[in-house]
Amino acid sequence: MTKISIIAFDGTRFDVEAENGSTVMENAIRNAVPGIEAECGGACACATCHVYVDEEWTDIVGEPEAMEEDMLDFAYEVRPNSRLSCQIKVRDELNGLVVRVPERQG
Amino acid sequence: MEGSKTDVLIIGAGPVGLFAVFELGLLDMTCHLVDILDRPGGQCAELYPEKPIYDIPGWPVITAQGMVDQLMQQIAPFKPVFSFGRMVTSLERIEHEGFRVGLDDGQTVNARVVVIAAGGGSFQPKRPPIPGIEAFEGKSVLYSIKRMEALRGHDLVIVGGGDSALDWTLNLQPVARRVTLVHRRPEFRAAPDSVNRMRALWESGDIDFRIGQVTKLDGEGGRLSAVTIREADGETRVACTRLLPFFGLTMKLGPVADWGLSLHEDRIPVDTEKFQTSTSGIFAIGDINTYPGKLKLILSGFHEAALMAQAAKRIVSPGERIVFQYTTSSTSLHKKLGVPD
Repeated sequence: MTKISIIAFDGTRFDVEAENGSTVMENAIRNAVPGIEAECGGACACATCHVYVDEEWTDIVGEPEAMEEDMLDFAYEVRPNSRLSCQIKVRDELNGLVVRVPERQG
Repeated sequence: MEGSKTDVLIIGAGPVGLFAVFELGLLDMTCHLVDILDRPGGQCAELYPEKPIYDIPGWPVITAQGMVDQLMQQIAPFKPVFSFGRMVTSLERIEHEGFRVGLDDGQTVNARVVVIAAGGGSFQPKRPPIPGIEAFEGKSVLYSIKRMEALRGHDLVIVGGGDSALDWTLNLQPVARRVTLVHRRPEFRAAPDSVNRMRALWESGDIDFRIGQVTKLDGEGGRLSAVTIREADGETRVACTRLLPFFGLTMKLGPVADWGLSLHEDRIPVDTEKFQTSTSGIFAIGDINTYPGKLKLILSGFHEAALMAQAAKRIVSPGERIVFQYTTSSTSLHKKLGVPD
């Protein structure tokens, strides 16, 4: 298990014990984090699970792939640390990861 | 205006709406489907056509588009009527006859039964996050273009990086006074040929291309005069009389909310025997409904369609005995399906 934190737009912090191999989106949905809609269910097809990765984690989490970049065009207020949470797989190195939910999805 | 007639009007031509045609057809009911998209398949076709689905019974794996194609083939014998690119805008009950359904093109359809299979709602253009944009919508901010001529001589700002943004940039460049294309990054998700042609126009100075986001609109009374574009090295104000944002589609419940049906968190509660809504004769199946134990799965929607069809039959042909039959062996079902003897 890997500890990750998902911070809702209103500041509510969700500390989650996440299974390696699961996605950050799945953990957000399981814990009913407000603001993660995941309309398409994790197919990288809708940009409604957009999160901001905390600055100190962006290098470790890595860059989005081309398909995810394409989807991010549809997201609300995209920043350099924007990712779709359905495309971030939990692994040991992400222990302590912090992501923040934007004001709204799309 | 005298409208067309059908036994069942189905709102939404996604997988569940399509399969409903099959189940209703086996019970001799005719169907008319209305969908806001320009083709069948709903989310499967619009959001993830190439993505594999692993939980369709009998198919270890099938792409979303592949399943839609199979469903279209499966329902072909029942010759459903489709109204694509259309939205149901009104629904009124007519005593003893069922419902009169109005479409956004003025067409009316009289149906004995209405089935809402609208999934996550109807697809609508996504509104970009620019403060105050609502005031300009429909006048200076356009999400679709019906007549290019209406844009002649305008200063256009087109926003987006997909085929819509690129195609309209290319098509409107000769018509507009000036076209400025704005996209948040230098890469595009559009046909490479369109991207090359756009770049050629940019290099020859015939259009402007800016990497950034539109952050502010200027104008009065819904009439736009300029937009502010935030780029990496600062903000620029660009003259603009029409803004065309192409940010893809999002799903909204839409007019369904206005028909007096009970709703629960934007979904329609139904019973699990008939999948009927709070209004007799209106059913809801697939992702749009809710009931204890609901699973938003395509296969659940298929089951709901089968049970709904039994209940719909009792409304369309009251008093008629429904004989339960298997497609495997029933000669009368074979005839309906066009199975050779």
